[in-house]
Amino acid sequence: MSEKKLLRKRIEASKQLNDLMRDYFYRMDRVSKGEEEGKIAWCTSVGPAELLSAFGFQIHYPENHGAMLGSTRLAMEYIPVANAMGYSPEICSYLTSDVGSYLKGETPLSKAYPGIESVPRPDVLAYNTNQCRDVREWLEYYAKEFDVPVVGINPPHGMAEVLPGHIDDVVQQLKDLIPTLEKASGETFDIDRFRESMRLSRECSELWGDVLGLAQNVPSPWTFFDGCIHMGPAVCLRATQEPIDYYRALKEELEQRVADGVAAVEGEHLRIYWEGMPIWGKLRALSEQFSELNACVVVSTYCNSWIFSAFDETRPFESMAQAYTELFINRSEPHKQTHMERMVREYKVDGIVFHDAKTCPNNSNSRYGMPQRLEEELGIPTLVIDADLNDLRMYSEETTRTNIEAFIEQLEENK
Amino acid sequence: MEALKLAGLQREDVGSVVATGFGRRSVSFAGSIKTEISCHSTGCHYYYPEEITVIDIGGQDNKVVKLNASGRKTSFKMNRKCAAGTGAFLEEMAYKLDVPMSELEGLARKSATGTELGSFCTVFTATEVLDRIRGGEQLEDIIRGLFNSVAKRILEMDRLTGRVIISGGVVAHNPIVAEIISERAGVNVEIAPHPQEMGAFGAALYAAESQTIQHQEDNQLSVARR
Repeated sequence: MSEKKLLRKRIEASKQLNDLMRDYFYRMDRVSKGEEEGKIAWCTSVGPAELLSAFGFQIHYPENHGAMLGSTRLAMEYIPVANAMGYSPEICSYLTSDVGSYLKGETPLSKAYPGIESVPRPDVLAYNTNQCRDVREWLEYYAKEFDVPVVGINPPHGMAEVLPGHIDDVVQQLKDLIPTLEKASGETFDIDRFRESMRLSRECSELWGDVLGLAQNVPSPWTFFDGCIHMGPAVCLRATQEPIDYYRALKEELEQRVADGVAAVEGEHLRIYWEGMPIWGKLRALSEQFSELNACVVVSTYCNSWIFSAFDETRPFESMAQAYTELFINRSEPHKQTHMERMVREYKVDGIVFHDAKTCPNNSNSRYGMPQRLEEELGIPTLVIDADLNDLRMYSEETTRTNIEAFIEQLEENK
Repeated sequence: MEALKLAGLQREDVGSVVATGFGRRSVSFAGSIKTEISCHSTGCHYYYPEEITVIDIGGQDNKVVKLNASGRKTSFKMNRKCAAGTGAFLEEMAYKLDVPMSELEGLARKSATGTELGSFCTVFTATEVLDRIRGGEQLEDIIRGLFNSVAKRILEMDRLTGRVIISGGVVAHNPIVAEIISERAGVNVEIAPHPQEMGAFGAALYAAESQTIQHQEDNQLSVARR
């Protein structure tokens, strides 16, 4: 058999991305070491980052660290360490990888950024259980370890519609965080700084939405796998100016690809929706497999989770409560289905791959009949892959490869 | 080479080779590859050109594939996470019970209903079986219970719709599995001809199809040249 030449197109903005992330990690490291003024907050990825930013905190995201542990596959060294101390292999493998790496006193940041010996030491921890209960357990563990305060929001779950009562509840919970944050930061709450954080975050979020939306073009200028890499600034730096500049550059580059008809996947023939978490340790392998099969993964609910359209600096508390409570992950099954149906149409999707992540039930949407309903109602084929975001013990390489290959064969038959 | 010898053919006599199965990418002389899911389906559609559900119980995996009347797959499922309920499960149990694989079918047929085994995991099932032996249960009931377990793993994968056809090595040697699935699901389950070779047969059909397409293209080319 002849080997197929792979055309993996480098995104030029990647260099800017690498610089941005490097500066972010070194800045936090300097603050953590006391070489630079400031305080560190740890925050869940869809937590109240903009509020923390308004107090001048540098923000570390344990989930981002978890994704780094997954993509470097170091997670496989650390998960068993956390399991052995009582954290079940069934709970979030971001949590178990991160706690395991903490217990071993290691971090992938050290290899990527020489001089960084550990994740930055927190002054305060803030969570939002809009995603799951695990994030709270995770940060509460570190609160004890570092003897620092932990605050959080516990919004209502599974709503078909986000009602004013829900918003009032979350707004009050957000306001209740302020005294602890003032004490931890040594700064008084300033509504104008908060408004500015919200404005910057909204702008970042809109640009992130724009670049993701470019994948609606046929052929698509980039893939879900590219998005997983390039989403770093939208998560970690979203209440600052830097990601805004970065996404403008990325958008320009991708728009040029669209204008030139440049496809991310050479000979794009099929367009796929990836539902659920990435399989971080297999991101590259999966990207290559889809590419070889002329299939472009054009859309995901995962990458789209950092588009906070509701942010409005004129109503900072209310709009933050709205944006963080109306997230896909926090909604009812019918709402999720309607959202997916819209994405299938907008991105001209041929088939949907559901990742059923063993340790992430909240972000595995194949468990209540969604694939079957979408097949029936949209006539679109679906595939469910059993794996995990970080725990590769749950991943069967050959079974997954065969499933994807067979799925593509099925889609080709119907194309 | 062995296959060519058995068929009395030379390599030049073979117009196209399609490789399938888990080792498909390692077949250096294959012209193309197809998954066993497609090959079992295509093979079964050849014999049953109508809306069918194909169940394939293999050595390491199980599949339930749905085909429309044109032979196109409308959905497929593979066993999840582990190989419980596959041929490897029966192999392991036969070893643990010290019963040759070839005798499993005959022994199971001596049992009316079989024992119900609750475990999913092959290793835990072995422990459960030991417990049943200690409890005085008959060997034939336990073996039928193992086949019941295989049937349960299949029935939890997908609904069976249309005409139901079963293929793969397990039913080639143990047709009782088709009967148990049939009883439990309340539908007629038919064993495909040459069930163990169905994947290879499907691959051969793909190879033949590629030859037909090639001939058609050659013919069109010569017409154009005229």
